[in-house]
Amino acid sequence: MSGLDVWVDGVGLWSSQLADFAALREVLAGRPPQPPPRRPAAATLPANERRRAPESVLLAVEVAGQAVAMSGQDAAGVACVFASSHGDQAITDYMCATLAQVPTELSPIRFHNSVHNAAVGYWTIATGCHAPSTAIAAQRASFGAGLLEAASQVCSEQRPVLLVCSDYLGNGPLLEVTACTQPFGCALLLMPTRSPRSLARLRLTLTTTAASSTLDEPLASWRQANPSATALPLLARLAQGDGSCHIAAAAQLGLQIDMESVA
Amino acid sequence: MPTKMTPLAVTAHTATSALGSGLAAQLAALESARSGLRPNDISSAPLACWIGRVDGVEAVRLPASLQVWDCRNNRLAWLGLNQDGFMPKVEAARARYGAARVALLLGTSTASIGATEEAYRQLDADGGFSDDRLYPPLHAPHSLTAFVAAALQLEGPCLTVSTACSSSAKVFASAERLIRLGLADAAVVGGVDSLCDSVLFGFNALELVSHEPCRPFDAARNGISIGEAAGFALLERAAAAPDAIQLLGYGEASDAHHMSTPHPQGLGAELALDDALARAGLSAGQVDYINLHGTASQKNDEVEAALVSRAFPARTRASSTKGYTGHTLGAAGIVEATVAMQAIEHGLIPGNLGGDTPDPGCGAQFAWRNERQTVDVALSNSFGFGGNNACLAFARAGFGA
Repeated sequence: MSGLDVWVDGVGLWSSQLADFAALREVLAGRPPQPPPRRPAAATLPANERRRAPESVLLAVEVAGQAVAMSGQDAAGVACVFASSHGDQAITDYMCATLAQVPTELSPIRFHNSVHNAAVGYWTIATGCHAPSTAIAAQRASFGAGLLEAASQVCSEQRPVLLVCSDYLGNGPLLEVTACTQPFGCALLLMPTRSPRSLARLRLTLTTTAASSTLDEPLASWRQANPSATALPLLARLAQGDGSCHIAAAAQLGLQIDMESVA
Repeated sequence: MPTKMTPLAVTAHTATSALGSGLAAQLAALESARSGLRPNDISSAPLACWIGRVDGVEAVRLPASLQVWDCRNNRLAWLGLNQDGFMPKVEAARARYGAARVALLLGTSTASIGATEEAYRQLDADGGFSDDRLYPPLHAPHSLTAFVAAALQLEGPCLTVSTACSSSAKVFASAERLIRLGLADAAVVGGVDSLCDSVLFGFNALELVSHEPCRPFDAARNGISIGEAAGFALLERAAAAPDAIQLLGYGEASDAHHMSTPHPQGLGAELALDDALARAGLSAGQVDYINLHGTASQKNDEVEAALVSRAFPARTRASSTKGYTGHTLGAAGIVEATVAMQAIEHGLIPGNLGGDTPDPGCGAQFAWRNERQTVDVALSNSFGFGGNNACLAFARAGFGA
């Protein structure tokens, strides 16, 4: 099967335990980092949007902003692929609970924030980005499927693409089915060619197994607690500087990722 | 601007909406200018509006092996898959290329959230989902695509695009990239959205729902009518079917303006159009027909009519078909792609149903009644919340050569 080569110029990361990509390096070096504040800062959003936006949007915007800042790219021209397995679970819970009780009292703001592409919508508005943007989902393979979609845009259009994969935590009765007990978001700024900012080159090859590389604790538990954390094998290799890993891209499809560090 | 792309063959396509199941029903309704809209009879509480409801979804039974996926959205998907000989054509593609070489990319705005709503209406005494509702994959945005992957036994690249009302147009773009890069040899694309409380009461809360059948581009239009639909297409390299209709191009762009209102000058819509024309190697004057997004919301139609007026000559014909199907949300892209392809196949420009007193912003391009002419090139516009725009270009085989 053919492979895709992409360059990583920026990485964003935020979870209950990790404020950024540097914090993951600390964890892997055996130095537990200071946990971030409860809400992601999402400094890219204007203050009024930041107040209105749900936490799922703040999380996605936070990691997107980190990756773009590291890359030095102008976000206005960068195409966006935002992946999430569950979208905004708090809004889904609110909507289903309200619809079951008093459907005519459904909040219009919550409804327009309920679309799966809300985060990428807020992001493109905040950054003045007119490039193509998309929002995708693929159960627990959302990161792998999103990486494949983003890399295919990088390689076919020869343009930078911002990949975000994030899920905020679930609540209410829905939590029992999503089992998403911690927030986790990550972002990669992918480039078609090497730049002075490039951290690594990824060679992606499709495989016919959805098995994922094993992880040590605490990363293994974090992955269990959030479907977007299926990105952790790749993020850990990026933090360590080299190696290969395998992640699921669909129910019976995987991505072999061979990394070559250039930083 | 992108360079001209190598066209892909659309080797099968199908649509099921309020106009009926399959392409023949859709064509018959369009030819006789018969709307599929009816007074709302589906929401869990009364709501005075009109809807595009698909008949017979309730009676659909999924095969035993797929029963865990049972819900209205997947029943509608199954009904749609079983029209126009679509499944046998996918089976043939799977046999020809291998299951891992056929991608599956579907669009939906709310997937099976209707099943989650139902679970919340029937919570256990302890406040949790009842045991028969506890199939986690059903309560996630990927449920449609995961169900269809199981139904079609496809093992290639597989994802759900959920960009509100542009979802099932954008899947054509993702599929083209995968095939161009050699990651797949064929792709099933399409989308399904079904009527549920979330969208009916949600759009109602935004005051975007009309109490009457929607009237796209009418001076007195007062909102949308929500519909449901399932549609699918099979894309392969042009050499596999030299006589099939072709996907000539596509364009995608973002408004960067507002979450639920289009850019006032239609900036993202125009960027998507220009991108689609460049990829297709077309000038606007070569376009015979555009199926418009035309939702009958005040703002969309105003912005889109202005775009048609400034971008196209009068010979290009334009109409919205939402007066027939209602706004089928995440399925609108694929349903209207099939209308555009039927325009090419049958030489039918469907009239803009519901536009009895045309908005003065509409130019000479608008086809208010059915017209008959040869159509070689047809576009389809799809715009979604979040300022997400897509445009597809289809052509008769050989046109782009």
